[in-house]
Amino acid sequence: MTRIVVDPVTRIEGHLRIEAVVENGIITDAFSSGTMVRGLEKILIGRDPRDAWAITERVCGVCTTVHALASVRAVEDALNIAVPPTAEIIRNIMMATLYVQDHVVHFYHLHALDWVDIVNALKADPKKAAELAQSFSKWDKNTPAYFTDVQNKIKQFAASGLGIFANGYWGHPAYKLPPEVNLIAVAHYLDALEWQKEVVKIHAVFGGKNPHPNYLVGGVPCSINMNEVAAINSERLNLVSRLISQADEFVNEVYLPDLLAVASFYKDWASWGGGLTNYMSYGEYPTKGYNQPESFKYPRGVVLNRDLSQVHPVNAKDTQEIKEYIASSWYDYKDGDSVGIHPWAGETNLNYSGPKPPFETLEGYEKYSFLKTPRWKEQPMEVGPLARLIVAFASGRTDVQDLVKDTLGKLNVPVAALFSTLGRTAARGLDAALAMGWLKEFYGQLMDRVKINEVSTFNGEFWEPKSWPKDAEGVGLTEAPRGALAHYIKIHDGAIANYQLVVPTTWNGSPRDAKKQRSSFEQALIGTPVAKIDEPVEILRTIHSFDPCLACAVHLYDPQGKHLHQVSFE
Amino acid sequence: MGQSIWNSMEQKGYSRRDFLTFCAAAATAAGFGQSGVAEVVSAFEKKEKPAVIWMHFQECTCCSESFIRASHPIVLDVLLNILDLNYSETLMAASGFQAEKSLNDTIKNNKGKYIVLIEGAVPTGDDGVYCMIGGKTAESILQTVAKDAAAVVAWGSCASNGCVQAAKPNPTGATPIHKLIDKPVINVPGCPPIADVMMGVVSHLLVLGSTPELDSQGRPKEFYGRRVHDTCYRRPNYDAGLFVESFDDENARKGYCLYKMGCRGPVTYNACSVIKWNEGTSYPIQSGHGCIGCSEEGFWDNGPFYQHLASFPGFGIESTADTVGMALGAATLVGVGAHAIVTNIRKRPVIAEVHEDDQKEL
Repeated sequence: MTRIVVDPVTRIEGHLRIEAVVENGIITDAFSSGTMVRGLEKILIGRDPRDAWAITERVCGVCTTVHALASVRAVEDALNIAVPPTAEIIRNIMMATLYVQDHVVHFYHLHALDWVDIVNALKADPKKAAELAQSFSKWDKNTPAYFTDVQNKIKQFAASGLGIFANGYWGHPAYKLPPEVNLIAVAHYLDALEWQKEVVKIHAVFGGKNPHPNYLVGGVPCSINMNEVAAINSERLNLVSRLISQADEFVNEVYLPDLLAVASFYKDWASWGGGLTNYMSYGEYPTKGYNQPESFKYPRGVVLNRDLSQVHPVNAKDTQEIKEYIASSWYDYKDGDSVGIHPWAGETNLNYSGPKPPFETLEGYEKYSFLKTPRWKEQPMEVGPLARLIVAFASGRTDVQDLVKDTLGKLNVPVAALFSTLGRTAARGLDAALAMGWLKEFYGQLMDRVKINEVSTFNGEFWEPKSWPKDAEGVGLTEAPRGALAHYIKIHDGAIANYQLVVPTTWNGSPRDAKKQRSSFEQALIGTPVAKIDEPVEILRTIHSFDPCLACAVHLYDPQGKHLHQVSFE
Repeated sequence: MGQSIWNSMEQKGYSRRDFLTFCAAAATAAGFGQSGVAEVVSAFEKKEKPAVIWMHFQECTCCSESFIRASHPIVLDVLLNILDLNYSETLMAASGFQAEKSLNDTIKNNKGKYIVLIEGAVPTGDDGVYCMIGGKTAESILQTVAKDAAAVVAWGSCASNGCVQAAKPNPTGATPIHKLIDKPVINVPGCPPIADVMMGVVSHLLVLGSTPELDSQGRPKEFYGRRVHDTCYRRPNYDAGLFVESFDDENARKGYCLYKMGCRGPVTYNACSVIKWNEGTSYPIQSGHGCIGCSEEGFWDNGPFYQHLASFPGFGIESTADTVGMALGAATLVGVGAHAIVTNIRKRPVIAEVHEDDQKEL
């Protein structure tokens, strides 16, 4: 029996540590630990609720915008503010843009190197690579000259030190791609890096910048005026249109073909990494307002035990449904470590009880993470693109069903293949394809609104705090690229009295709950083979398939105002 | 910075022929065969690329994300041709033990020559347990990587001045880098900094081979010497007293000044209104939202964002951060009328002429 420690887990957002127990080449137990905390929820207390989007947006710069959106929805929910339809469309354009950008970057820059051996790409025949790429994609860059050029770049790069590619697990027996597929993927890794900076210009048009574009309680900050250069006008809309077309080509002619090409060599990964059997989605892309979840593009619901015949309703405001536990987390509850608490009533005091750093292992410590452990009706849930697709599939959404069936057919694998590391990675690609289609649809809707001059982007009816009730509470639900995200707010006398975030990686990456049930990361690792103990690329494959975001996952909420030791420097 | 492999061989008395033989052997050993020799020769003749370590502490990775949005140069050229990014938790292939090895090797093999780029603040509360990597505290890692560095750059507001986690009541004791190490730090604040500003700082250090001139807060004057307000294209509206009164009102749709909506442009030193964001696509004010002052120290605690600043005296465009104190940033409830002291009323008809609808207001 060997205990493997992977820390830092790289190519993620934030600070994650994985400790896995391996027996006879198979993982038999695993522990997921978040090792950084910032205390943002405590910082939010007492501030203007209209500022909360800016503070919470800084939770994460990778999935930038999702916390801003969850936050303005929470405040609007608390204060009964309806957002104008044009503003809702612009918010949908922002979110769909993020899905597309974030998923492409995840596939190429955060996940691909678990499957693609960059050094092996040097052995490829560029001509054969071009023939292969042209057989599954119409992208006009895929020529022999292009692949030769990329190969030369890598040769030169390898000769002068490998930089970010140094010390990878190159040559590991778990890498299965032929040299030509490796070369295609590496070439597109480089192209994706260049392309991703383009698509986010859509965020800059409507939000002024990316990362961290601006949001606004009651709508969006930009105004539309087709007779003004200093507003959203025809030039701005043309720019967005061009960026959407460019993104459409990249997703459909580069990302998805590459995903299928790589996946076809790793079908054995359709039997590992499935983990939990429960899936939850809050639903996303409102088309008739935030309070009409039945009109969302992605439906809200829970699928239990992989039973696709039934979708259970989710009510995030029901204090019996969603609760957070700290049995294995570095916090205290006043009623003891075994209770679970609904976020509105949340109560947590930071209390690190792990080993004094520097340390080698967290083995033997009952508490081992700064992540809390959320549960839906006491059950662990997987969230993310796969959960969204499964809930939509089970809800009878035909667009999702058709796309999923078509992809399974192309790979010649059964539906059960979805419940795996490979299924999770493939689901992210389909999620991007759906978002790409909707992005075009939302843009068309925006143009329709502009044509009839229905361009109001802000509802200021309840902007002034004097128009607010003395006490109010709200929930902002979103489906971030990484999964179900909720912001809970309580407002008292115009200020934030209470703020809590329950985020995707908290669902997926949390430690055990009071009943010792594992969450997604830990459960998914069990049963995974590890060929070389000192080069555990298999652990990275499954963990990266969730696209972890630790800065989001770790937070602190402290209504008791417990004194936390501070050191000041003069 | 650094010398090429050819240079160092030449100094040791090897001939050009020896060098080429060595390159051919290296190409074969690396599996390139004869076809790769030319590339190897070229690589070994080039100046050795400076080794760079990029650390993440208490942050949200927006600085890394901004960095890869750069347009000139594009990040690909930087990663392949300008520097050797040997440690970046966001991009590097290696994890765990192999990642730590990359870090340790870089420090050991490039003593006094490598550059450290830091994203994030360092929590000093409770013995540093609020940020640990590989079982070590961020603070201990910072001291290790900074000790033999040739230069230390603090990316973004987290590393430069603490940013959001250092906002009151700063629960984890988040501390900026310059307060923790003994050597000079180049502060590049912003949440995040503009991508092409980051590239500007990198190329100043690595291509020009010099430290950019810094102001009293350690920021490159090149990018932080002007207030957003003084270089804002909406500034003439301010001078003419033409303001947005509510989001998406008639004035907002005409692109008037956002001062009354809480814009921090008048007290924020940054390049947003000149360089703009995402290859010059826009900047916050252009897209209808006031500047929130994200490159200024303590901006999270500088009053609610939608409360407008107190009036400020009419200091000119020549003022810099060194001569105008941060006290100007204190938001109060003083009426906006007071700003008329500096309002150039004479300009108003000139500006308003563009907006014919406004004639009735004059």
